[in-house]
Amino acid sequence: MAARIITITSGKGGVGKTTATANISVALAQLGQRVVCIDSDIGLRNLDVVLGLENRIVYDLVDVIEERCRIRQAMIKDKGFDDLYLIPAAQTRDKNAVSPSDMIALVDQITGEFDWILVDSPAGIERGFKNAIAPANEVIVITNPDVSAVRDADRIIGIIESEQKGPARLIINRLNPEMVNRGEMLDAEDVLDLLAIKLLGIVPEDETVIMSTNVGKPVVTREKSIAGQAFKNIARRLMGDEVPLIDLEYKEGIFHKLSKIFASGGE
Amino acid sequence: MSDWLDKLYGRKKSAAQAKDRLKLVLIHDRTDIQPSTLEEMKDEIIKAISNHISINPNEVKIQMIHDGREQRLIADIPLKARR
Repeated sequence: MAARIITITSGKGGVGKTTATANISVALAQLGQRVVCIDSDIGLRNLDVVLGLENRIVYDLVDVIEERCRIRQAMIKDKGFDDLYLIPAAQTRDKNAVSPSDMIALVDQITGEFDWILVDSPAGIERGFKNAIAPANEVIVITNPDVSAVRDADRIIGIIESEQKGPARLIINRLNPEMVNRGEMLDAEDVLDLLAIKLLGIVPEDETVIMSTNVGKPVVTREKSIAGQAFKNIARRLMGDEVPLIDLEYKEGIFHKLSKIFASGGE
Repeated sequence: MSDWLDKLYGRKKSAAQAKDRLKLVLIHDRTDIQPSTLEEMKDEIIKAISNHISINPNEVKIQMIHDGREQRLIADIPLKARR
């Protein structure tokens, strides 16, 4: 059995790609899945610190590609889960050290031994992004409910389609239900209407995300975090479960409408 | 709250403005067609049609709309009634 290879991307930087990759990876591991996550953001690596594995790095992605080590030597086992591994990005190189075919070859080496391979993409639409989506058989686009993040998401969705990697699915991250209620933040429904792709999940703005990143323990490991719950739900949806959206205390009626959108796949 | 006042004066909340602005921006991003190109096309279409039938140029509407992830160019050209 080959792994499902999912690339998480966004166009715009800082919308939560790395947080999403870390949390979905851990949530899948919590469900008993065998997972490898790959940081493809060469020169600006961060998946290691979000997962709390920064002190264990010996070899990285570029070391594997340039054959200074075997792939297994670059795979860092997670502290909490035996079947969760990280392949870190190189920090002192740039994206031109890697090509799309390198990424495909690298993933090919391990696809038979895992259930999921998650690739954390760099921001942008250039070489680094092309490297990240090359091995993917599914793509997740993450955005925030703001004008620039949605615009960039739309660009990246178009490119994913033209690269024959679509249809991508969408995570709306950092939604603030209270601002939505006041009419001062785009609603999930608005974002779906504009981008016209399927919704995978909505993650509310939640301070426990930063608290978790501070200590290198992804938010899905916190029992009571609502963002953690949202990421767990996303992992279950990836597994094929039908999980309703969390009630974010929307004004009456809106939540109901949203769940209908979700059921119909956001179309 | 002051929702009814906003409605009365036709004021839009910032989220609604964001959506309206994004709709236009995305159409131009996706098609790479500038608003000025659209105006130019409109003039040419009016000219071409006026060669054959009588229309009122002021009533002609040409716009781009979203249809899922596809864009459509919609032309609404009312014909003048025969006298």
